[in-house]
Amino acid sequence: MTVLHWRYLLLEQIRVPIGLVSTAAFPALSLLFFVVPFDYGAADETAAVVGLSVFAVMSSFLFTFGVGVADDRERSWDPYLRTLPVAAWPRIAGRILSGATFALVAIIPVIVVGALFTQATATVPRLVLGIVALVVAGLPFLLGGLAIGYSLPVKAALPVTQLIFFPVAFAGGLLLPPQLFPGWLEAVSLVTPARGARELVVWAVQDTAPDTLALVVLAGWTVLTAALAVWAYRRDEGRRFR
Amino acid sequence: MIATASGVRKSFGTTTALDGVDLHVAPGELVGLLGPNGAGKSTLISLLVGLRRPDSGKVTLFGGDPRVAANRRALGTTPQETGLPQTLRVGEVLDLVSAHYPDPAPDVLERFGLTGLERRQTGGLSGGQKRRLAVALAFVGRPRLVVLDEPTTGLDVEARRTLWEGVRSFHAEGGTVLLTSHYLEEIEALAGRVVVVDRGRVLADGPLADIRDKVAVSRVSLRSAIAPPLDGTVHSTREGDRWELHTPDADALVRALVHADVPFTDLQVRPASLEEAFVSMTAP
Repeated sequence: MTVLHWRYLLLEQIRVPIGLVSTAAFPALSLLFFVVPFDYGAADETAAVVGLSVFAVMSSFLFTFGVGVADDRERSWDPYLRTLPVAAWPRIAGRILSGATFALVAIIPVIVVGALFTQATATVPRLVLGIVALVVAGLPFLLGGLAIGYSLPVKAALPVTQLIFFPVAFAGGLLLPPQLFPGWLEAVSLVTPARGARELVVWAVQDTAPDTLALVVLAGWTVLTAALAVWAYRRDEGRRFR
Repeated sequence: MIATASGVRKSFGTTTALDGVDLHVAPGELVGLLGPNGAGKSTLISLLVGLRRPDSGKVTLFGGDPRVAANRRALGTTPQETGLPQTLRVGEVLDLVSAHYPDPAPDVLERFGLTGLERRQTGGLSGGQKRRLAVALAFVGRPRLVVLDEPTTGLDVEARRTLWEGVRSFHAEGGTVLLTSHYLEEIEALAGRVVVVDRGRVLADGPLADIRDKVAVSRVSLRSAIAPPLDGTVHSTREGDRWELHTPDADALVRALVHADVPFTDLQVRPASLEEAFVSMTAP
């Protein structure tokens, strides 16, 4: 049943490919324009590919779960499916799997561009470890997306997601390396979930010691967003329809 | 019993949607839930199909808790309004729903006049086709109970007839139907038993003929300095010299007015709306 719902959720979204294309294209294009023409050295360029991959995962999780769930709630299709003789979890698992699938699709272009046109390098085991780390690092965005999706209507979920997404991604060092940040921005950076996510994946791919504080903060965000997601889901159950 | 609600209450924040509702649906019945918008019909349905839990009281479906998936195996419902996933094709939507049942019915598209539309995306269907597809989905799993929430809102006459035909033939084969509507006409066309709901309470529950007599009242208004005869009226209000009388037999009332030689002016007679009829059912 999980596979069934996963398959149909993919099918539903693949028919409107523009969302997928933009999520996947932006990080790859950023790499092409801002890294490929220059020479930053292998280590920094690898870190840039990692940062943009985290960016891709973050955007696909926030948008699939934030805006996607909010949209679902406004249509009667989802409650209808809940009246079929199937428990709630296959549908939820299917949605999480479809989000993960789109996130995976979104990081492929940036990794391909990174591998072909930059000095970024990673061994195959490191790359695999990096993808596992991406999944873990993506959790606060997945859960945060669910919290937004279950608590706001689409019209609010879209701008709220955009408002959160870009500053957090920038402050987290996903677009510019945090080494360039002035002191005050570095302080802000360390408390964002994006910074912890970046540190975790850089650690997995390059084996450079991560900033412990950033990782602790990431774990904290994961717990906080999980609590928010559960709270939003429960609250939504009570008011969805009359 | 196919479905029951006993002493059910449900509030959303400060709004009381259901205030102690009892409803029992027996096998083979075709029950119409009649009430104005916001009466609590949809909330009651959402409890019966397992979408939410009552604050107090008990709800059963085929003898069990409707929130347990296995108890919904013989239930057929329909998405309200037009909530179909726009990018999926008709055939795909049907396959998705069919995959949840051991022995899905192969002919629901034919039964609801949708043959040949399998390859169309649901977003490209006309309003009537979407509505018919939504209702057809209720019949995919060969249900014993079908719950239809406002099935024909916004449909043209012909589409409405096709739908009614489908529902009638299901009932004729022994199926149980629970249907909500805020149109008396729709309930009249289909239901054998009518349950009138307003402001979260059941106001009346009985055979169609009985309920129709209570609901199908006329509203007679007139100006008169003296009280008109009130025999046969079910409800009357007065505001200055303006009287408003509800009666099942407007002809008799007007005749009585003339006989009693009441000096009335500005006489108006029109059928009462459901909302107005409900007022006369609650207030004596």
